[in-house]
Order: sequence, then C-alpha cells, then structure tokens
Amino acid sequence: MTTKFTKDHEYIRLDGSAGTVGITSYAQEQLGDIVFVELPMVGKKVKKGDEVAVVESVKAASEIYAPVSGTVTSVNEALTEDPGLVNQDPTGMGWMFTIDLDTPAELDGLLDDAAYAAHTA
Amino acid sequence: MRYLPHSNAERAEMLAVIGTPSEDALFNAVPRRAFKTAPLKLPAHSPEFTVEARMVELAQKNRAAGDGPFFLGAGAYRHHVPASVDHLIQRSEWLTAYTPYQPEVSQGTLQMLFEFQTQVAHLFGMEVANASMYDGSTATAEAVLMAKRLTKRNRIVLSSGLHPHYRDVVRTYVGDTDDLVIVPHSLAGTMPLTIDEHTAAIVVQTPDFYGSLRNIEEYADIAHDAGALLIVVVTEVVSLGLIEAPGPLGADIVVAEGQSIGNSLNFGGPYVGLMATRKEFVRQMPGRLCGETVDSDGNRGFVLTLSTREQHIRREKATSNICTNSGLCALAFTIHMSLLGEAGLVKLARLNHARALALASALESIPGVELLNKTFFNEMTIRLPVAAAPVVDTLARKNILAGVPVSRLEPDDPTVHDLIVLAATELTTDAHIAALVQGLKEVLG
Amino acid sequence: MSMNTQGRPTGAGTAASAGAFASTSGSSLLPNEPLLFEIGDTEHSGVDLPDVTFDESRLGDFARKTPLNLAGLTEPETLRHYVRLSRLNFSIDSGMYPLGSCTMKHNPRLNEKMARLPGFADIHPLQPVSTVQGALELMNELAYWLMTLTNTAAVALSPKAGAHGELCGMMAIRAAQKARGQGHRGVVLVPESAHGTNPATAAFLGYTVRSIGARDDGTVDVEAVKSALGPDVAAIMLTNPNTCGLFEPQVIEIAEAVHEAGAFFYCDGANFNAIMGVVRPGDLGIDAMHINLHKTFSTPHGGGGPGAGPVVLSAALAPFAPVPFVRKSGDGLELVEHAEGEALGRITAFNGQMGMYVRALTYMLSHGGDGLAQAAKDAVLNANYVKARLEKVFSAPFGGQPCLHEALFDDSFLDGTGISTLDFAKALIDEGFHPMTMYFPLVVHGAMLIEPTESEPKQTLDHFCEVMLELAADARAGNQQRFTSAPLKAPRRRLDETRAARAPRLKWEPPVDLPQAAE
Repeated sequence: MTTKFTKDHEYIRLDGSAGTVGITSYAQEQLGDIVFVELPMVGKKVKKGDEVAVVESVKAASEIYAPVSGTVTSVNEALTEDPGLVNQDPTGMGWMFTIDLDTPAELDGLLDDAAYAAHTA
Repeated sequence: MRYLPHSNAERAEMLAVIGTPSEDALFNAVPRRAFKTAPLKLPAHSPEFTVEARMVELAQKNRAAGDGPFFLGAGAYRHHVPASVDHLIQRSEWLTAYTPYQPEVSQGTLQMLFEFQTQVAHLFGMEVANASMYDGSTATAEAVLMAKRLTKRNRIVLSSGLHPHYRDVVRTYVGDTDDLVIVPHSLAGTMPLTIDEHTAAIVVQTPDFYGSLRNIEEYADIAHDAGALLIVVVTEVVSLGLIEAPGPLGADIVVAEGQSIGNSLNFGGPYVGLMATRKEFVRQMPGRLCGETVDSDGNRGFVLTLSTREQHIRREKATSNICTNSGLCALAFTIHMSLLGEAGLVKLARLNHARALALASALESIPGVELLNKTFFNEMTIRLPVAAAPVVDTLARKNILAGVPVSRLEPDDPTVHDLIVLAATELTTDAHIAALVQGLKEVLG
Repeated sequence: MSMNTQGRPTGAGTAASAGAFASTSGSSLLPNEPLLFEIGDTEHSGVDLPDVTFDESRLGDFARKTPLNLAGLTEPETLRHYVRLSRLNFSIDSGMYPLGSCTMKHNPRLNEKMARLPGFADIHPLQPVSTVQGALELMNELAYWLMTLTNTAAVALSPKAGAHGELCGMMAIRAAQKARGQGHRGVVLVPESAHGTNPATAAFLGYTVRSIGARDDGTVDVEAVKSALGPDVAAIMLTNPNTCGLFEPQVIEIAEAVHEAGAFFYCDGANFNAIMGVVRPGDLGIDAMHINLHKTFSTPHGGGGPGAGPVVLSAALAPFAPVPFVRKSGDGLELVEHAEGEALGRITAFNGQMGMYVRALTYMLSHGGDGLAQAAKDAVLNANYVKARLEKVFSAPFGGQPCLHEALFDDSFLDGTGISTLDFAKALIDEGFHPMTMYFPLVVHGAMLIEPTESEPKQTLDHFCEVMLELAADARAGNQQRFTSAPLKAPRRRLDETRAARAPRLKWEPPVDLPQAAE
C-alpha cells in the first residue's frame, strides 16, 4: 500500500484502485481538538478538488477536498460518536472515507512521503 | 460634555505623548476635501433636562395603550410585566455586559441563556432551543431556510393564517418564486394543501393571525407523509399555558415571538425571537447556542458552543449571517417566566382565555357584528357590516383602540376590508369591554 | 483541506492551583449559583393571579396535555437568583472593555429613562397612525441625524442588528442591479480583513465572494480592487475605517472605480465611531452603510443584544429601501407599510427597533453635533495614546502611521515565550480588564485589536497600559504559568469548549435517579 498526500494535508492510502482518505497528523495538530466531522453520503461522485467533507474544531471549520476523482464507497461512522479519533489516530482509526478512483492518473499529481514532509517542514 | 472624561489639559498631555500637534492631525489619512473642520448642521450638545423635555414632548404625542380601552394584538400583546423584571434588567451587569465570548467573566449571561433555552424547549415540547433571534418574523424566515438546507428541497408552503408580516418577511428572504406557495387566507381552518417531493416545509401558525387554533397534528401528518418538515409559528406564547405544545404534535421546527413575556409593546421592537428544533437538526439551526461544560477545576460552567455554524467562523459558509441574539429581551423573558413558573403561566393563560370569552360574548351581543372564530385563545376576528378601518379610526378619536383592521395589513384584499382582529389579555377590564361595545354600537348606529 | 489556523487555539490551559480566589468559594460576592431548574419548581410562583373557571372553553380539542415542567420562584427568590447571577458578569459599568470593533462605550442612563416613557414603551406598532405621531416624528428625527452625519439621501431604519442591516443593504444593491438589467452580476468583492458577517451576507444572497488582499501597510490593495472589478461584479463590501483601525486613504478612488465598473459600494459602518461628525461616508462615495446603534450610538449591549442596524442609502439605492418607512403626509407623518414601486418588501414584522431609536436619539441630542465630533476625536486620541505607550514593546504591524479608533498588534512580541495571544488575554482578566478582541482581523497573526472608545478617562488608559506592559515583560521573562493557567481570579477558570461542542448539553436535564415529579 502506498500513501499519497495533497498540499492541503489530506492523505489517500491506496489499495489497487480504491483509497482511504483522511487528514494528516500535521493537520489535526494545527486544527486542535476536533469536535465534529461532516462526512459525505455513500455513493457520492466527486471530482478532484471538490469539497467532500468538513472538519470542525471549536473555533474553526476546515473543508476537506477530494484528493482524486471517484465515488465514495464508505464513511467512518465511528467519527460521529468520537470525532476525537481524528486527533488520536488520524491515519488509522480516524480515517474519514473510502473512495473508488475513476482516474488513477491523478495520483501522479499528488505528493509522496518525502515531498509532503518537505512541504510541512 | 458629560460623557467625555477628558479635560483640554489631558488632551494636550496625551497628544504630547503621541507626538502629534492636534487631534485633527490624527486624521491625516483622510482626504482633505472629506475632512470636516466645521460642525455639521446639527444642534449643539444639551443638558439632560433639555433633552428630556424634547423626548417627553414626543412621547406625549402618542396615545399609550394603558391610557384607555385597548384591544390590539396581531402579533404583539399587552401583558403585565412584573416590576421586578424591569428593575433587574437595569442592573449594570446585565444591561451593560458584552456578548459572552469570554465565558470566564460572563457566567451570568451564559447561565441565564442556558435557563432560557431550557424554558423555551419545555414550552414548545422540543429537544433543543437556541439563545434567541431578533424576533418571530425573522426567526420564521430563518426556519424556512433551515428546512431547505435540511431537506435539500426548494418548495415552501405558507399556510393561510400566517401573520401577513411574517409571510412578507419570508417572501423577502426567499424571493417571490413559484417555489413559495402562499395559501390564500381562509377562516375555515385546515385547507387541502398540495405537498409533494419538492416540498421542504409547511409553515403553520397557531393560534393563527385571526385567532383560530389550528390542527397541528394534521399538518404534521401531511408534511411527513411527503418527507417535508413542519414549521410551527406561535406569536402569542402565553397560549402555550393552555394549548398543546407543538413538539409532541409533530413539529420539526418551532419559532415564536416571545414579546408577550417580559417585554413591552415598544412600537414593534426590540422583541425576542424563539426557535427550537429536534436534536438531530441542531447543527443546521442558526443563532447562538449556550452549552454546559466544566472548567479546568472541574466546576460546572457554560459557554457559547457549536460556533462553527456562525458567521465569524464559517464566513461565507455560515448557516446565517446573524451576529446578535436579543440578549436583554431574552433575559427579561427568562426572569418573567421564572416569576410565573408553571403554576403562574397556566393561571395567566386561563385568565387570558376567560377575558377573551367575556369579550367574545360582549361582541356577539352587538347587532351587525359577527364573530368568526369557532376556536380562539385570546384573540378573535369580527366582521362588520361596513368597512372596518374607518370604524377603528373613529373609535380611536374617542380614545378607544378597538383592534387591528385586517385591511391595514392586507390593503389589496377586498374580502377582508370589513374585518377587525381583537385581543383580550389579563389587563382587559369589564369597563374596557363595555366602552368598546358602547363605542361600536354608536358608530354602527 | 482548507486550513483555517488563524482561529483561536482550544484547550483549557493549565490547571495551576487557584489560590485565594478558589472558584468553589461560593460567597454572595462571587456566588456558585444553581440553575433555576434546580431551585425552582412547578408549584412556586412570584405572581399573584386569580383562579378562573369557565363553563365552556373555546379551545376546541387543542388543550394542553404535555407537562410544561417550568420552574418557578417567588419574588424574593427570583431577585436573589438573578442578582447573584449578575455578579458573575463583567460589564462596561464596572470596567474597561478594550474590544476592537465593538465600541464598548458608556451607556447613558437618560437613554434608559426615556425609553421607558409610556408614550414610547406602551404603544402598539399597528395603532392608527394618528395616535402615534410622536413615534413617527422621532423616527423622522433620527433619520435626519443619520442622514446628516453621513450625507446620504435616505435611511432604512428597520434592520434589527448590524448583520440584518448588511442583509438589507445588499438586498437593495441586488434589487438595484436587477432593475438596471444587471441582475446577472454574481460576484461581490470582500477584503480578507473583513468581519465574517460580510462574506456570510453576500453568500446568503447567492453571491460568489471574491477576496481582495491587503497591502503591507494594512490598507486594501487598490490595484487588486481595480483588476478584480468587471462586468460580473455587483458590489464591493468595504469597512472604512477598516478592521485594522486605519482609514482607507484611497477610498474615494475605490468608489470611483467601483461605480465606473457598474458596481455598488457597500460600507460596513461598524467603525463609524472613529469618524462621526468629522467625515461623512456619503462624501466618500458609498452607496449603502449600516450603522450599529449599539456601537456608535451608545445603546446598551445587554449581554448580546438587542441591537439595531439602520442603513443609510445613496440616491441610487434610495428607491429600493424596504418598507416600512416614515413619510410626510399633509400636516403629519404617515407610515408607508406596503411596497410601492421598487421598494423592497419587509425584512421584519412591524416597525423596527423603536426602543433603540429612542435611546440613540436621546444620546444624539445629549451630545449634539459638536459632542459627537468631539467623541470621535477623543476615541481616536485614546487609541493612539494606547498605541504610543505600547508600541515599543508590542508589535504593531501597521505602526508607522496614526491609527484611528483602534490599535492593532500582532503576537510577534510573544515569540519564543510559549504564550499565545489567548493566554495573554486571559491573564488580562486577572488584572481587572476584559480581554481585547483577539484573532481578528485574520490578516494579522495572533491579532490583538484594542479600542478604548472615548469613554475611558486618562487614568484608566494609563492603568491599562501599565498592566499591559507589565504583562508583556513578565511573558518575555518566561513566566509561562501565569498566562497558561489564567484566569485565576474570575468566577470560572478556562472552560472546556471541546467538551461542550463534542457532546452538546443545551438544556437542563433532570437528574436520572431523582423522581421526575418534584421538577
């Protein structure tokens, strides 16, 4: 499995032509305590860059943009009960949604580990 | 000037510290042609007694409601506000406090708002209420927008009997399109409504503008069968002491004008809008919300919460652009409601209904006057054999304020030109009623 | 994702011991007051009302079945409860609020006395107009003052708050564009430094918001405005003086460019206190400007409202003002309540915030035109005085010029201390002041916006400056604890806002193990 990143601090962990999306550890730290996550409807079709979710901390709301185009296949219901999972384990239990890619070539435009690390340095 | 603390010597001292020759020099960024060095065409400052004389002069040109028989309602009601209420709201710490954005030094306001939210939720039988809106009419418009967001549908049905001003505000907010269905006024109660999968919400007022009670359960069924929401509007909250709460009857959003409790008529404002909804909808509810929490010592405290819905956070994605609630008016409501308590509110409601029964019976005794309501709480509509507005004007000249001629709000509808809406409250005496009856009999000859 | 990191940090600070003012002390001076629902019950009441019987009600089948569960108290208990609660509040009567953009000035008591005259408080909005000519005259006189102070053609009095006024003004602009056949213009320009209500209002009306950057000196980038203007732009929404406390020196040039491009100029009048009586926004070319009566014209904040936000309008927008408005008619005044011609429909029921008009006019008559101008000058003097005394230590990002009524600092003076603007502000509470406006405007990092207003005496300003300087010195000396554990002396320590948002408790719930009947 490879993971790719956007400049806006989303990650997508890939498994064939499907991916799991969330926000990075850097992002959750910057945002502070997450109090609510607004997730997309399962089945929603998105284009790369569309607003697909919203993450709310006490004093700020941040939009999450689709890192790739595709269809949302599942959402992390656990976040409704415990939005703090995004802070505790952003890449594991704090995942937000899974997506089936329809244009895998878009992945070439995303950052790899090294490039993202440089971006957040 | 009594509100400006500085002496000229102090001004000079301060300018010296700043290093500027004059106060005017601080305005150097203003283009010279726009900077006024000469005073504007306005009167000069005045002592208190001069200002008072002028304001009293203006006030005395108005006939106060309490100066004689008074029967106006139509969305604003004259009730007795206990002396303690006005006394308390004038305490410095209530009157001159800022919005509670710094909760540690605003626990008075915040706890009061929590109490207010609880009172409103209980009154309506709903799960959650906000910390107040500007007034009932804007709350109604905001409820409509909220329903559209929640259902992702566009059509709104305004049932007949919604206060014409409220209807007009909704119109201004959502625009006059085919998606705004305004059911024409009818005094027959429930009308068949065309509700379909495009309908976001039905808006029903009870008691309605003409004073009649509406069958909320029926409206709720119609709305929910089509996947739409039911918005219930209440303009006289005292009615809730005697009438079933909208929540248990199926309302999804309840909005109201809270003025009857704690707040004077004030020629239309400031008033206090109430809004309540289901827990699951709370994130789409506009306005401020106060929530319970603890501080770092573990003591219970209160804070404004779910602020990310609001304008200062979401900016263009906010649920609304609202910044203020009705603070002091909400406080007055809370204090009055505390003084009433359940026992008092029920008694007050019964007393209002009793006075309305007396008024109804008196009106029915006048030849030519037809009482149109089957049901009412404290407000009713009569039909005269002649145009109503001139009758009301004539009676006003005799110091009788006989109610609101419906044509005042609906000048273009010929079917209402002979109707007057009248309210009775606990302040309506037998002498007032007798004077009204006498006056009407004389005018109708 | 979009990263709004300018918002305030969350978290409840550090829990150092509270010391002498332990918040659990619960004295009458700093009480721990239970909730109404914990001390009252459904039987107690503080009013005496007769029991009535009626043979037959006219309530149909609609009588109440659901219990109200409203707690009541007798009169002495009510007084005590709300007096004790009031003691937990800071207020302008007890101390200074250096709150930028809020204009926390003195609320004169004559205003309150006049608002309570029965001829103002006890009149119904729908009484025959012949019985309320005094009210109409008052509205007319207030309108005259507002139009004279701004040199505008008309004023819409009815908006119930500043944000409501913004909505009204922008609706008028939208209507005017439509009337010109330009209804397709879908963009509104808004500076990054604008108050959140501006983009919220524009978006509410269906506009796309296009952001305009600021220059290094804190003023709007005029060239950016000019290049952003075009056939798709309906309006610009500008605050002047701006949210950094500065007068936009090229505002007339901006207005000209905006009009040339077929757009309108909406001005956010939140900062009118800096220029009333000395600059008339109409002379600058504005088309609409809301005025916050609860800021500039001393009506009380009341813990969050009520406000009033009348909107002054240029001749181009005057025809689009909403109903109702007052107009001369024969020998008297009439209330125009139904839209004629292009007038906007109602934005509120009834006639607007009469209670606030009475207060505002009382204030205007008290100050007079000369007093209002002097108040503006003193407001600007006070802000500059504070700035002059603080700027050697605090970093003023746009410090090279005089500010107007508010002084803006960023948090670079706290670099390396581990103390945030929030921590600093909370420590100010322990010194007897309400914190200044924080994290606004967003264009400056960790912003602190200080607006003393003209109501503060020099002694208070001096004390404030001394406290600020002492706090800054202590912060830089490394005394983190004092700041991260503040406030220690307020009725509550820092509150857990995360908990409040994650698991919202928005009303009192009866304790589960107690019988419900008691409540």
